[in-house]
Amino acid sequence: MNILFAVIVVAAIGLVAGIGLSVASVLMSVTVDKKTEQIQAALPGANCGACGFSGCDGYAEAICNGSAQPGLCTVGGEATNVAISNILGIEISTEEPKTAYVLCNGNCDRVFEKFEYVGLPSCSAVNMLYSGNSSCIYGCLGYGDCQNACVFDAISVCDQKATVDPELCKGCGGCVTACPKNLITLIPKKNHAIVLCSNKEKGGTARKNCTVSCIGCKLCEKSCEFDAISVSDNLAVVDPDKCTACGVCVEKCPQNCIVIK
Amino acid sequence: MNEYISILLAGLLTENMVLAKFLGICSFLGVSKKINTAFSMSVAVTLVMVIASAVTYPVYSCLLVPYSLEYLQTVVFILIIAALVQLIEIVLRKFLPSVYKAFGIYLPLITTNCAILGITILNFTNQRIDCFAKAIVNALGAGLGFMLAMLLFSGVRKKLESCNIPKALQGLPITLIAASIVSLSFMGFSGIV
Repeated sequence: MNILFAVIVVAAIGLVAGIGLSVASVLMSVTVDKKTEQIQAALPGANCGACGFSGCDGYAEAICNGSAQPGLCTVGGEATNVAISNILGIEISTEEPKTAYVLCNGNCDRVFEKFEYVGLPSCSAVNMLYSGNSSCIYGCLGYGDCQNACVFDAISVCDQKATVDPELCKGCGGCVTACPKNLITLIPKKNHAIVLCSNKEKGGTARKNCTVSCIGCKLCEKSCEFDAISVSDNLAVVDPDKCTACGVCVEKCPQNCIVIK
Repeated sequence: MNEYISILLAGLLTENMVLAKFLGICSFLGVSKKINTAFSMSVAVTLVMVIASAVTYPVYSCLLVPYSLEYLQTVVFILIIAALVQLIEIVLRKFLPSVYKAFGIYLPLITTNCAILGITILNFTNQRIDCFAKAIVNALGAGLGFMLAMLLFSGVRKKLESCNIPKALQGLPITLIAASIVSLSFMGFSGIV
């Protein structure tokens, strides 16, 4: 008899709670825009912030309010943008996919240490001390601030130099802001030549500090048939729109710092 | 009045939920990485603790005790806490959407937090608590104690992040060691209230 009473008490409490909850959920239901929910489902949910909003939910709301354009999500790429535009019933122009690239090729074999650094293992901390312990003041420090900033595990640091895996990179630009040397840029995914150096020192100094630095000799600029390379501040820069990835500059470069990706 | 203050202080320091009673450790370790998440989690915990105590105290003393069903308290309290958290979530979502957003995932997480169940049960094992108001004050003290522990420990963890820690101790091991030292320091309060 006692057991039965205990069962009834627990069941009654459960019933009261259940009825209370269902009444509350009906009385105080919040109407969520169906489109917002659909867009939230279509977005990748990485919350990387590449679109400029606080996260995927924030971006979905902004699209629904009309304060943002679909097509800003670089992570989901074209598939996501098409899905969102289908939900909204409009057509959009998709942006060209981009990938991050570290414009430095100076690993520990190619540069030398100015001094031994003992302290916080972070690029921005090292950078505050005489612009870092690498012989090249423009080059990669290799303490992995970009690696920590990357939410997609696309960056690895090997031989004190960061490298972006283009397969994994979604082009969100998190690493671009994290790098204290401003070495990382977003470039179009299509094939073109890249100068793997950011050193703006004069040729002699640059060569002394790193064996693969751009020395600003202008051989690539002269050899390019398409006028795609220009040298300013002792540093060659490729215009990806004009570059046809012919490979002439790669052969001409005496420092081997140009690659076709 | 003195009794209320001593109950509040006990919850805050000598009988601290996390550092002296070792309840709610999983959220203590899980959510204390950043100070702002630690703060919103502990505000949510405090809110639920107070409301859960307010509901479970009359249920226990008016329903379970007269029919000598005290042995059901764990089951009944879990049921009540789970339903309460759901209700709070619905109410917040309707009337205070900004607070609802700030709580985010932490409110549903609390449903299974042992610190909440702990405080509702401890309300009846503690000799000093003999009325409804004291139970509420005890829950409030325990919630604030949880907040104190969370905020202190998130500060410790922030310092740990910038330390050069031996590889074998990186991550969870050093966190547990730090937690034990923080707990040890709280043992110094024992006996003052």
